[in-house]
Amino acid sequence: MDNSPSATIGAAMNSQAHQLSEKKLRKAKEKAIEMVLFVAALSAVATTVAIVAILMYEASGFFEHVSIVEFLTNTQWTPMFVNPQYGILPLLSGTLVTTGVALAVAVPIGTIVAIYLSEFAPHAVRETVKPFLELLEGVPTVVYGYFALMLVTPLLQVFMPDLPGFNMLGPGIVIGIMIIPYVSSVSEDAMRAVPMSLREGSYAMGATRFQTAVNVVLPAAISGVLAAFILGISRAVGETMVVAVAAGQQPNFTWDPREPAATITAYIVQVALGDLPHGSIPYQSIFAAGLVLVLMTLVFNVLGHLLRRRFREAY
Amino acid sequence: MQAQEIQTLRALIARHKRYDILFGVIGLLATLVGVITLLALFIDLLMDGYARVTPEFFTNFPSRRAEQSGILSAWVGSALVMLVTVFAAVPMGVAAAIYLEEYAPRNWVTDLIEINVTNLAGVPSIVYGLLALGLFVYILDFGQSILSAGLTLALLILPVIIVATRESLRAIPIAIREAAYALGATRWQMVSQHLIPYSMGGILTGVIIGMARAIGETAPVITIGALTFIAFLPPLPYTIDPATDQVAGLFDWLFSPFTVLPIQMFNWVSRPQPAFLQNAAATGVVIIVATLGMNALAIWLRYRIRKNLKW
Repeated sequence: MDNSPSATIGAAMNSQAHQLSEKKLRKAKEKAIEMVLFVAALSAVATTVAIVAILMYEASGFFEHVSIVEFLTNTQWTPMFVNPQYGILPLLSGTLVTTGVALAVAVPIGTIVAIYLSEFAPHAVRETVKPFLELLEGVPTVVYGYFALMLVTPLLQVFMPDLPGFNMLGPGIVIGIMIIPYVSSVSEDAMRAVPMSLREGSYAMGATRFQTAVNVVLPAAISGVLAAFILGISRAVGETMVVAVAAGQQPNFTWDPREPAATITAYIVQVALGDLPHGSIPYQSIFAAGLVLVLMTLVFNVLGHLLRRRFREAY
Repeated sequence: MQAQEIQTLRALIARHKRYDILFGVIGLLATLVGVITLLALFIDLLMDGYARVTPEFFTNFPSRRAEQSGILSAWVGSALVMLVTVFAAVPMGVAAAIYLEEYAPRNWVTDLIEINVTNLAGVPSIVYGLLALGLFVYILDFGQSILSAGLTLALLILPVIIVATRESLRAIPIAIREAAYALGATRWQMVSQHLIPYSMGGILTGVIIGMARAIGETAPVITIGALTFIAFLPPLPYTIDPATDQVAGLFDWLFSPFTVLPIQMFNWVSRPQPAFLQNAAATGVVIIVATLGMNALAIWLRYRIRKNLKW
């Protein structure tokens, strides 16, 4: 009975069907895993959407009470006063001044470091120095804040006796040092992407290393170098703890880096430290300030990435 | 050519060669600015704070008296927040990276995800704090808790982990994938049995760098409302709280108020008394040893991986 042809065929078909269902199961499992991975990847989009949604939602509550015109033109930012005023200009000026000081430090030094590491440094020097620069990027910002307050500002006061203990100059310089590794590594990448043949051509014409670096490599890599500066700006604008610790947390509409002031980020920290009731206007005001911050950094980031892509496609 | 012309030409060449040497020196000095700053920073902190880094400093709660203050609640808080961050960020980041590198079709959805990952890496950290304040603290009602902080920092370091994982996946030659397929492996079998084990070192490097960044982050954790003065520890699972006489559940600590090391430092640095500034410096030493140690470990790991590549 068992050896009859029909039974054998039946068993074969059975096992085939079994195989088929197993294959189906495997396919379904594969599909399910792919879906899970896809959802994880989608979290990046969800985060962006959530950031925009939350900021817009809370800021819209803020703008119901404060007109946008007042927000953008008033030169007083006093949310905690009895008669509160909400003009973003003092925070904006604080942010721009510290960023400006930071750039004045980071742009020249960062560029020189990049040229040096890409064109001049012997292999051994580069391999030793780069990990140190990476470490510099890893130092927590609150420690940099302490550094600005306790070491850089007192040092500056030796040369500028009138400098107050809280000022924008010290934190600005420290932020500049902080973003040097970032500026230099992005610019160095751009310079290394310049083809060797350009350098060889320059050397063949009798140019020295320095002449080649400044007249050939730097112009060829300029969009990448500019991208480094712009991404550096975006970092400096978003930097929080250094200014919160060392710049005085006093909104102050001034362009003088020697004065104390608050930045957008420092204001957010200051308000968050005091326990504000959920839904109050000062509570909503930090989201309005955050919205301005996001818009600023977004513009710089997009600009930076566009420039960066240009140098990648150039050769 | 006349002797005089040769003379001027030689002078010109010599001058330009001098520029070369000069720039070499300037470049080295500029590069050393970073190294010197790092050293100055560390020495400054150490000189101000080394006297306070004692065993008691790690076992005492913060107090109004600077000499008796310690960082017990801060380092426990940091450790627990990091625990949440790792459990949230690593699976999420690795999964996202695997999708983008191995599964994603070339279409607009993938482009959108890519743009977002790049862009999120450039969003200031305090903005993550605002997101978390609105989303985790109030909408999801996790409160100003360890859970909220851990998830916030997880979102913050997600791009770091994604980028590191993708780089190490990309370094695996295509032949490995083809060999697995040729033996009849499905895509997930290929990924889970080959790609993930081979890229483990690179992923680990990314995770360590991400953690080092998260442990030093201050602004977003302040924004969600971490307290600056905490003189108790989160409830240990299954222990009895003497104040309320209730047994703590397994996950109660997730919803506990907390503080972290950088916030403790920020709190002390904001006080005028020099004794508290000393405490701040000591806390700074602890933070910097932790972050620099982790970063150095990651750099060393990457160097080793580069040396021991199998292909």
